[in-house]
Amino acid sequence: MITFNHVTKRYNEEKTAVKDLNFTVEKGNIVVLLGPSGCGKTTLLRMVNRLESISEGNIVINEQDSMDLNAIELRRKVGYVIQSNGLFPNMTIEENVMIVPDLLGWTKKEKRERFDYLMKLIGLDPKIYRKRFPHELSGGQQQRIGVVRALAADPPVMLMDEPFGALDPIIREKIQDEFLQIQREVKKTILFVSHDIDEAIKMGDKIVLLRDGEIMQYDTPSEMLTHPKNEFVSQFFGKDRAIKSLSLHTVKNLQEVIGLAHIDDAIEDTKTINVNQDLRNTISMLLNQEADQVIVTDDQGERIGSITIDLVQKYLHFEIKGKLSVSQEG
Amino acid sequence: MEEWLRFLEINAPRILELTLDHAILVTLAIIVALLIGVPLGIYLTTNEYLAGTVLQVASVTLTIPSIALFGVMIPIFSIINQGIGFLPAFVALVLYSQLPIIRNTYTAIKNVNPEMRDAAIGMGMKTSQRLLRVEIPNALPVIMAGVRTAVVLNIGIGVIAAYIGAGGLGVLITQGISRGDNYLIISGSLAVALLAIIADAILLFIQKRFTTKGIAN
Amino acid sequence: MNTKKLIGNSFRFFIYGMVLLFFIWAIKNQYFSYIFSETGTFFVLLRQHLELVLVSSIFAILIAVPAGILITRPKFRKAEWLVTNIVNFGQTIPSLAVLALMISVLGIGFQTAVFALFIYSILPIFRNTVAGLDTIDKNLIDAAKGMGMKPHQILFRIELPNAAYSILAGIRTAVVLNIGTAALAYVVGGGGLGVWIFTGIQLFDNGFLISGAIPVTLMAILADYLLRKLEYVLVPKGSRRVAKA
Repeated sequence: MITFNHVTKRYNEEKTAVKDLNFTVEKGNIVVLLGPSGCGKTTLLRMVNRLESISEGNIVINEQDSMDLNAIELRRKVGYVIQSNGLFPNMTIEENVMIVPDLLGWTKKEKRERFDYLMKLIGLDPKIYRKRFPHELSGGQQQRIGVVRALAADPPVMLMDEPFGALDPIIREKIQDEFLQIQREVKKTILFVSHDIDEAIKMGDKIVLLRDGEIMQYDTPSEMLTHPKNEFVSQFFGKDRAIKSLSLHTVKNLQEVIGLAHIDDAIEDTKTINVNQDLRNTISMLLNQEADQVIVTDDQGERIGSITIDLVQKYLHFEIKGKLSVSQEG
Repeated sequence: MEEWLRFLEINAPRILELTLDHAILVTLAIIVALLIGVPLGIYLTTNEYLAGTVLQVASVTLTIPSIALFGVMIPIFSIINQGIGFLPAFVALVLYSQLPIIRNTYTAIKNVNPEMRDAAIGMGMKTSQRLLRVEIPNALPVIMAGVRTAVVLNIGIGVIAAYIGAGGLGVLITQGISRGDNYLIISGSLAVALLAIIADAILLFIQKRFTTKGIAN
Repeated sequence: MNTKKLIGNSFRFFIYGMVLLFFIWAIKNQYFSYIFSETGTFFVLLRQHLELVLVSSIFAILIAVPAGILITRPKFRKAEWLVTNIVNFGQTIPSLAVLALMISVLGIGFQTAVFALFIYSILPIFRNTVAGLDTIDKNLIDAAKGMGMKPHQILFRIELPNAAYSILAGIRTAVVLNIGTAALAYVVGGGGLGVWIFTGIQLFDNGFLISGAIPVTLMAILADYLLRKLEYVLVPKGSRRVAKA
C-alpha cells in the first residue's frame, strides 16, 4: 500500500510540480498516473523512491514513512522500471536481472533459482539468455527483462515509468497482456505512469488523472469513462469513450448479461476467440473478417457459442450506453 | 612585463614571418591532402577490399612518431638531394593528414541515409550529381571535422619540422632551447597554440557557412 | 566485383613491397649497422626510452583517470567546462615546448624529460575519461539509482565499465604519442633513442637516423597493437558494440 499525504513538490517560488496530493494505492492494485506531459506524473513517481525530494507532506509505503528509511535501503525495496529499459550494456542478462539481489547479498544459488523463475515468468528460456548481452535482444525482450529486473528481489511495491512507451503498438499490447498475467500471480502494489489512455484503461485498477500537478479524478477506469467528474476528464477521454470502454468488458461479461448466440455451422471461415478476451478485440476481429460470427471458446478450448456485431451492440446498449446516458442526464 | 615588451618589439616581425611560413607549410599540405583524401575516401565507399587496407595503412602511419618519420625520410629524400628542408616536411604532413581526412570522408559518405541515396537514384540523378548534390553536402560536417583534426595535428607536427630545416615556428623553440632563452620558447609555443586555435575557428566558420541549414544540427 | 578485389589486393601488395624495398635498401646501405656495432649503446638507449615512456605514462594514468572521475561528479560539474577548456588549450601547445620549458624549472636530465612527458600524457587520458563518463546514457544512471545502488557502486559497476573503451583508447593514444615525444627527450638531455635520431640529423649520418628512427617506429606500432588487444580483453563484451557506435 502506498499512501500520499498532502504531497507537494515545489522547485521554486513560482514553479510547483505537484500540489497537495492525497490518495492511496491499495495493496495488490495497479494505479495508473495519467495526464498530459508536464502534469507532474513522472515527478510524483520519482518522489516515491526519492529520486526527487518531497517538499511537503509524506509518502507512506506499507505503514512506513519513506523518509524514515535511508534512500538506498528504500530503493532496494521498491522495484523501478523506466521507459528506455535502463539495462546495463556491460552486464549479461543474468547480471542485469540479479543486480538488486546481488546488492542485497543473496547467494549464488538463490540468485540462479530466482533468475530461472523470473525468466520462465516472461516465457524466455533462462539457459539461452543467461549469458547474453542486452544488445543481442529485441526491444520487446529488453523491456521484458527491464520488468523482471524490477521484480528480482520480490519488492512489494513497484514503480513503472512509461515502461512500454518505446515499443511498437503490436508488441506493446502483447507485453501489456503478459504483464497483467504476471501481476495476477505476483500481486504487487504498482504505481504506473502513462500518457496513453488505452494503456491506462487496460492496465489500471484505478487511474489518477493529473493536470498541472493536481488530481482531476481518482477512480476506476469504468467510473472515469462513465462518470467523468468534470469537463477536463470527459474531454481527456474523448468522445469515443464508449468504444474505449469496450476494452473494459470481456466476452464473459456479455455472456453473463445477455448470453451468447448459437453457432451457425453454415457460416464458413469463422475465427475463434477466448471467452476472457475483451470486447474491443472481438469487434475488431468481427470487422476484419468475412463471416458474421466469431466462435467463443472457454479456457479448455471448448466451443461454447458465438458472438456477432449485433450482440455486442445490444450489450453496449444495456451496459455502457445505459450508464453513459445516466451520467449525462445527471 | 617590460622585458616581454622589449622582446616583442625586437622579435615581432620575425615571429610574424615564421608564423606565416608555418601557416603556408600547413595550408599547402592540407590542400594536397584534401585533393588526395576526399576522392579516395569517396571511392573507398565503393570498394570494401581497398577500404580496409587503406584505412589500416593510414592508421599505422599516424602512429609513427613525427621525429622518427623525419628520420626515415631524410635518407630517402637524400636520394634526390632533398633530404633536408621543405619537401620532406611537406610530404610528412600530407601523410599524417590522410587518416583523419580519408576516414571521416569514408564514414560520412557511408553514413548518408540509404533512403536519401535511393531517392536521389530514383529521381534519375547521375552518380556525380548524387555525390555533389546529396552525399557530399550531407557529409560535409563530418569531413570538415576530419580536416580540423588534421590541421591542428599538422600545426603541432610542423614544429618538429624545424629540426630538418623546414622553418616555421619550431625555429623559435629550437633556438630558444639551444640558447637557453625562455622568451623564445614561450613566444614560439604561444604562437603555435594561437595559430592552432585560430585555424580551428576559421575552419569551423567555413564549415558552418557551407553546411546547409537543413542539416546544421 | 573482382576488379575491386584486385585493386584492393594490389594496393596491399604495393605497400608490402614498398616496406620490403625500404628495408632491403636500408640493409644494403648498412643503415642498421649501428645497432650491431654499438649494441651496448643501443640497448642503453632503448632501455632509457622504455623507462621514460613507462614511468611517465603510469603516473599520468594514476593522475588523469581519477581526475577525470572527480570532475564528472555532481559536486565538481560546474568546473568541468573550465577544466576542459584548459585541457583543450594545453593540447595545442607543442610537445617540444613542454619539454623545453621544463628545463628552466627542473634543469636538464632524465627527470625533466619524465616530468614533461607525464604532463603531456595527462591531457588525452583525462579528456577521454571525461568523454567516456559523460556519454553514458543518463537513463542508466537513473535506473541504477532507482534500484538503490550507492554512488561508488554506480561508479564501479556501471560508469567505469561502460566508459572503459573510451578511457583505454585515451591511454593508448597517450602512450603512442608518448613514445614519439620521448624521442625528443634528447633536447633536454633525457636520453632515449632520440639521441641517435638527432645525432643523425646533426651529422647527416643515415646510419644513426635509421638505427634510431626504425626502432622508435616499431615500438609505437607495437604499443598501439598491444594496447588495442588489451582493450579488447578489458572492455566488457556488451559495451563494445555501444562504444563503437
